[in-house]
Amino acid sequence: MATEGQEHPISVYLKIWILLFVLSIFSYMVDFYQLQGWLRWSLILVFMFLKAGFIMAIFMHMVWERMALVVALLSPMIAVLVFIAIMGYESDYTQSARDVFFDDGKPDKVWAVPHGAHKAEHHDGAHSAGEAH
Amino acid sequence: MSDTSTTSIKPLPDGMEGLTHDWASDQRAFKGVPWGKAMMWIFLLSDTFIFSCFLISYMTARWSTVVPWPNSSEVFALTVGGVSVPLLLIAIMTFILITSSGTMAMAVRSGYQKKRKQTAILLLVTAILGASFVGMQAFEWTKLISEGVRPWENPFGAPQFGSVFFMVTGFHGFHVSIGVIFLFINVKKVWRGDYDSGKRGFFTWQKGRYEIVETLGLYWHFVDLVWVFIFAFFYLW
Repeated sequence: MATEGQEHPISVYLKIWILLFVLSIFSYMVDFYQLQGWLRWSLILVFMFLKAGFIMAIFMHMVWERMALVVALLSPMIAVLVFIAIMGYESDYTQSARDVFFDDGKPDKVWAVPHGAHKAEHHDGAHSAGEAH
Repeated sequence: MSDTSTTSIKPLPDGMEGLTHDWASDQRAFKGVPWGKAMMWIFLLSDTFIFSCFLISYMTARWSTVVPWPNSSEVFALTVGGVSVPLLLIAIMTFILITSSGTMAMAVRSGYQKKRKQTAILLLVTAILGASFVGMQAFEWTKLISEGVRPWENPFGAPQFGSVFFMVTGFHGFHVSIGVIFLFINVKKVWRGDYDSGKRGFFTWQKGRYEIVETLGLYWHFVDLVWVFIFAFFYLW
């Protein structure tokens, strides 16, 4: 039976260490050169997942663990992805509702408001203050 | 080891076959890992859900607000020699945390080689780097609070910015602080030779072993892992 310890050559750790440094510099450069739009977002995500992957795989020794442990740890992340999707839709809906009800307060904007819902306009004081800027 | 009697019959299968074998074996499912390490992994899984919920609530706040979100590049800029450098402190903090992850990985390796002094020194370096990270975070909080950032308002834009900032970085900083405390405790234990002699711990009364350094390392790397996501989504996005 293999030992319960994890022993790997020091060169593996040093290479990953340098790689993480380089990837961090790249992700910092994304901000430094003020890249915008889809290029910015995709680069941030690529560097983030590469860094996270190397930390988990090498520093946390996941590539050397048995499949039973790896699957038990990674498969619950599906629930996180589902949650992200749900809240993505939810925030989209919330924003469209705010656009309809909080926009400029003109009567034509609130045709779909149920009785008494215009109170909500006063409710969000921080929002109207922010819009004054 | 109690499991050598069962596993000596034939070697464990790997890959998918190993997965079904391990989970269907009517024994412990996580073979080849000490129980403390398996428990640490399961704790980290639950912690992943906590940080996921924080980051998802941040996503929800940011996507649903009709007020412009503050530009983190400007909010977290530092002026050095009259020049405003974006995200300077955050970048330094990122590099410090990665460096500490590297020294931690080396400490785990030295531990398995039973190099007592080398392990203790590497753990001490990790702890000092972690403490400096917390110090810089305290500086950052002080700076933002003095600029008027509060959990309910801030001068830069959407009011949710403050609550997300204090909640996410505060919870992460708390994790780092706890990690630093446990690192210092382990420096003392390793230096004293507890993991060579098998001296029992003061709290769990388990025998000291160098695997404990790896379990601690898992926690520390996780803290670095969470920072990768915070850096990407909160500071860079």
